Amino acid sequence: MLQQVEEKRIGLSYVRPDGTLTDEGRAVWRRIDDEKKMLFYRWMTMARLFDRRSIILQRQGRIGTFAPLEGQEAAQVGSAMALSKEDWIFPTYREHGVQMVLGMPLNLILLYWMGRVEGWRPPELLRLLPPSVPIATQLPHAAGAAWASKLRGERSVAVAYFGDGATSEGDFHEACNFAGVFRLPVIFFCQNNGYAISVPFSRQSATPTVAEKAAAYAFPGIRVDGNDVLAVYEAMVRAIERARNGEGPTLIEAVTYRHGAHTTADDPARYRSEEEAREWVQRRDPLKRYRALLRSEGLLTEAEEREWEEECRRRIDRAVKEAEAEKAAPPTHMFDHVFATPVASLQRQRREWEGDGRA
Amino acid sequence: MPERTMVQAINDALSVALEKDPRVVVMGEDVGKNGGVFRVTEGLWHRFGDDRVIDTPLSESGIIGTAIGLAVGGMLPVAEIQFMGFIYPAFEQVVSHAARFRTRTQGTFPLPLVIRAPYGGGIRAPELHSDSTEALFVHTPGLKVVAPSTPYDAKGLLLASIQDPDPVIFLEPMKVYRTHRQEVPEGWYEVPIGRARKVREGEDVTILAWGAMVPVAEKTADAWAKDGVSCEVIDLRSLYPIDEDAIIESVKKTGRAVIVHEAPRTGGLGGELTALINERAFLWLEAPVTRVTGYDVPVPYFALEDAFRPDVRRVSEAVRQVINF
Ligand SMILES: Cc1ncc(C[n+]2csc(CCOP(=O)(O)OP(=O)(O)O)c2C)c(N)n1
Ligand SMILES: [Mg+2]
Repeated sequence: MLQQVEEKRIGLSYVRPDGTLTDEGRAVWRRIDDEKKMLFYRWMTMARLFDRRSIILQRQGRIGTFAPLEGQEAAQVGSAMALSKEDWIFPTYREHGVQMVLGMPLNLILLYWMGRVEGWRPPELLRLLPPSVPIATQLPHAAGAAWASKLRGERSVAVAYFGDGATSEGDFHEACNFAGVFRLPVIFFCQNNGYAISVPFSRQSATPTVAEKAAAYAFPGIRVDGNDVLAVYEAMVRAIERARNGEGPTLIEAVTYRHGAHTTADDPARYRSEEEAREWVQRRDPLKRYRALLRSEGLLTEAEEREWEEECRRRIDRAVKEAEAEKAAPPTHMFDHVFATPVASLQRQRREWEGDGRA
Repeated sequence: MPERTMVQAINDALSVALEKDPRVVVMGEDVGKNGGVFRVTEGLWHRFGDDRVIDTPLSESGIIGTAIGLAVGGMLPVAEIQFMGFIYPAFEQVVSHAARFRTRTQGTFPLPLVIRAPYGGGIRAPELHSDSTEALFVHTPGLKVVAPSTPYDAKGLLLASIQDPDPVIFLEPMKVYRTHRQEVPEGWYEVPIGRARKVREGEDVTILAWGAMVPVAEKTADAWAKDGVSCEVIDLRSLYPIDEDAIIESVKKTGRAVIVHEAPRTGGLGGELTALINERAFLWLEAPVTRVTGYDVPVPYFALEDAFRPDVRRVSEAVRQVINF
C-alpha cells in the first residue's frame, strides 16, 4: 500500500530505488540495447564527477559561482539521450549534464563558468542555446523554435529545460498556452527538485504536481521518477514521438532532488532538513540505483566502474587544462558581436578604450 | 552607536519599520526562511513571522502586481527583486501601474510601495546579475529612484522610502554591500529623498557619482589631491528627484564636472545631468561636462567586467581632461 502511494506520488517508475526493475520496467529494459544501457551509466558518472570537480574549482577561485547538478543526473542524461542532433535545446544554468551528452565539450562548459562569453561556441550543427539565466524566459523560445520547425516542415522538436520554481513565472504559462494553441512540437522538461533556491514547491504551487498543469493547456503532463534514468528516457522518447508525429506538446515533470547547494553561494542547511537530504542522497540516488541494476544484470563489474571513473577524471583533467590554457580575450572583445555591422558610436567607444593605452 | 555594513543597515531599517508599523510587509523570493540571498532579511522571518516576511512564488510580475494590490488595500509592502536584472517580468506592473496609479486615480488611491533591488557589477556574479538600469526607472514619470552608497544613507533612505506616499525604487549597490562599516543610529531616522550628499569639499572639479561609483570617485579625488587638484565629490543618492541645486551650486564653484556611472553611456543618467548643467550653469563652465560610464554593450561576463566598469584610472583621465581643457 505504502509502495503504491509512493509510486503514485513519484509517477512513472521503472527502476526502483534499490535498483530492481518493475514489471513494466523489465519490458522497457528488454527493448534497449546494451550500448545505450552503458551510455546512461557513463554519462551519469561523467556528469557527477565533472560537477564535483567544478565545485572544487570554484572553491579554488578558478571558476566563478557554480550551480551544481548532483542528484539530477538521471533526469538530465535520460532526457538528453532521447534527443537527436537536429533538435533545439534551451537549457538553464544547471544543465551541464544535458550539454555534455549532446556534445558540448567539457572545456567550453568550464569556460562559461570562468565568466567568459567566448566559451559559448557549441560545435557546429549543435542546436544548443546558451543557459537561460532569467528564470522561465527560455520556454517561449522553445515554443517558437518548435513553431519554426513546424512551419518549415522539419522533423526537429524543441525542448525547454527548467525547474519547479520556473512554473510560477508568466513565461511558463504563456509558452504552454502557445504550444497548446498551435500544437507545437515542443517538450517542456521540468526538473522538479523540490526547491527554488530556498523556497519549497508548496510555495510555488497549490497543485501538488507540475504535470497536472498541462491539463489547462490541453496537452499531456507526465510525472516521472526523475532519478530513474530509464523512466525519464522512456517518457522523453514518447514525448518526442508525439511531437514528431504532429500530436503537439508534452510537459514532463521529472521528480528529483539536488544533493548539494543551489549554487556555490548557497547554504541549504538554512532551509531544508538533513533527514530529507539524507533520504534522497542515500536511498534515492540516481547513479547508485542504476549501477546496482547494471551489476545485477551482469553488465558492469567493479573493475569496469573504476576504469570508467578514471577515464572520466582524465577527460575532466584535460578539459580543465584546456580551459585554463585558453588565451584570455582582450577587453575590447566586449565590443565584438554587439551588432552585425558595428555602429559608429560603439566604434568610437572602442577607440576610446584602445586610445587609453591599455589595449 | 553600532557599526554596520550596508546589508546590516538595511536589515535594521526593515526591522525598525516592521516593528513600528503593522502595515509593513516584506516580500520576495527567498526573503523569509533563507534571509535573502545576500542575508539582507536575515532573522526577520523568525522574528516577525510568515505573514509579515513573506517568501513568494518565483514571479516578479506577481510580486510587484500583488504588492500594488496590497498597497491599495492598506498595507505598506517592501518588495524585493532578487537582482535588478530580474525586474523585467515586473516592468509592466512598475511602468503601467505603480508609476501612474496616483495620476490615474487623481490621488484617490495613492501607492506607497517600495521595490528594493541589488544592482550593479563588480562581484564576479553570473550573467545578467550585474545590470545598472536605473535610467529606465528614472525615465518613468511617477517613480522615485534612490541608490545609497553608505550604510547610514541606506537605512535612512529606506525608512524615508517606506514613509513616502509614492512608489520608490530602492537600488542597493552589491559591490559595497559589505565593503565598509559605518556607525548607524538605532531606531527610526530618515535621510530625505531628493537630497544629494557632499562627500568631500573641493575647488577644482565636481565629480558626480552614486552607488558603487562613489568610492571610485573618492579614490580618484585622493589620487588628484596628491597632485594639488582638489575634487569635490557629490553622491547623488537620489536619482529621481535629482538634487539640482546641490549639483548646480557645486559646478558653479568648480566650473568643471565629471559624471561617473556604471550604466551604459547612451541614454544613461549622465546625459541628463549634462543637460541640467548646461541649462543652469553654462556660463560658469571652464570645460565641457565629461562622462565616464559603462560602454554601450551588454554587461560582459565577469572575466571582462573590470574593463567595462569605470575605475580610478578612467575617472582620473577624465579629471585630467577637464583640468587641462
Ligand atoms: C526572473 C528571475 N528571477 C529570479 C532569479 C534568481 N534565481 C536564480 S535561480 C532561482 C531559483 C530557480 O528555481 P527552479 O526554477 O526550481 O530551478 P533550480 O535552480 O531548482 O534548478 C532564482 C530565484 C532569476 N535567475 N531569474
Ligand atoms: Mg528547483
